[in-house]
Amino acid sequence: MQRNRRKRTARAGKQNVGKKAEGKSSSILNPGRKAPNFSLNSTPDQKVSLKDFRGQPVILAFYPADWSPVCTDQLSLYAMVMPEFKKFNAELLAISVDNIWSHLAFAKDRKLNFPVLSDFEPKGKISRQFGAFKEKIGESARALFVIDQDGIVRWSHLSPDGVNPGAEGILSALEQLNAPKAQ
Amino acid sequence: MRLFRTMSTTTATRHSRRPKKTLLEPTSKETYDAPKLVVPVDPNRDHVQGDPKAVLTLVEYGDYQCPFCGAAYPEVKKVQKELGSKLRFVFRNFPLTNIHEFAMTAAETAEAAGAQGKFWEMHDFLYEHQATLGDNSVALGYAKRLGLDAQRFEREIAQHVQEKRIKDDFMGGVRSGVNGTPTFYVNGVRHDGPAETDALVESLRTKS
Repeated sequence: MQRNRRKRTARAGKQNVGKKAEGKSSSILNPGRKAPNFSLNSTPDQKVSLKDFRGQPVILAFYPADWSPVCTDQLSLYAMVMPEFKKFNAELLAISVDNIWSHLAFAKDRKLNFPVLSDFEPKGKISRQFGAFKEKIGESARALFVIDQDGIVRWSHLSPDGVNPGAEGILSALEQLNAPKAQ
Repeated sequence: MRLFRTMSTTTATRHSRRPKKTLLEPTSKETYDAPKLVVPVDPNRDHVQGDPKAVLTLVEYGDYQCPFCGAAYPEVKKVQKELGSKLRFVFRNFPLTNIHEFAMTAAETAEAAGAQGKFWEMHDFLYEHQATLGDNSVALGYAKRLGLDAQRFEREIAQHVQEKRIKDDFMGGVRSGVNGTPTFYVNGVRHDGPAETDALVESLRTKS
């Protein structure tokens, strides 16, 4: 698992180029792997780094695009379930390739109560590192990761196209983390 | 406004047998298990329409202010008509209060009517008068026409007597994989197809 971590991460990114992933396993970063650190803008002049949250669980929600015109989207639901995530002292970071100004307007409109990060330049770089980038359409996949207090991926999930995964998988994964601490 | 359905249709296509070359990466598993209802139907607690012992069960998690739920409302009526006594229909609350400012009060309104035995009447009224949500006098007028104790009705809404029940519905829905409104469960399994009569009836018949 630990061997050649860097190389394997790079390969996970390459797998996504061109051909269909092999076998049943999905190409996203699997449980047991160290989550690559990143630093992305949450506002025009503020960056958020994954390592800032070491010591507490982090939920990463990669999603294709801001402004999906449905009655409720995945992130609106998460904003409502946020108090439940907080019971596990977990932080939620949403990530897409939209630019920061779009994110700000989107977060305000949907009343999102967590950082929405912009994987904009170089486009999709961080999404790729998690194996969660769709090269042909240039968007992040709808992929979820629960990362533990030591920065290790403990659960990951890639949704089929068009299926909003809801919040249940995240809550189950948080419950299974060792010693969830009350805040 | 119909994009949600369009997305559902896409999903159905994706999981059909037809071998499909997807152009997208990463490639996820081609099939997935639809989430299951983790809070079983309890006729002592739930609002159940139809024979409580019917062989088929349709559960809806809905929001009175959601336009998609409003569109699904007549579809459910048609499903009920088509399946008759074979079907029981259960409605649970899933108010999306961060985007629908009147959803919580509307849910409390239906539950307050329910406390006096008129849940379904108010449920139907709210869906048939979605445009009036936000003007509480409209539902109050209807409550009076139904012969409800208006003082008690108004007091229960104002004091949020039903709030806990509604929040319990919501969290039970989250744990069952509700991912938007309306979300339907057909015999305990999430229905990811369109919220339309034919699709619901077919799903009910095949999953029985």
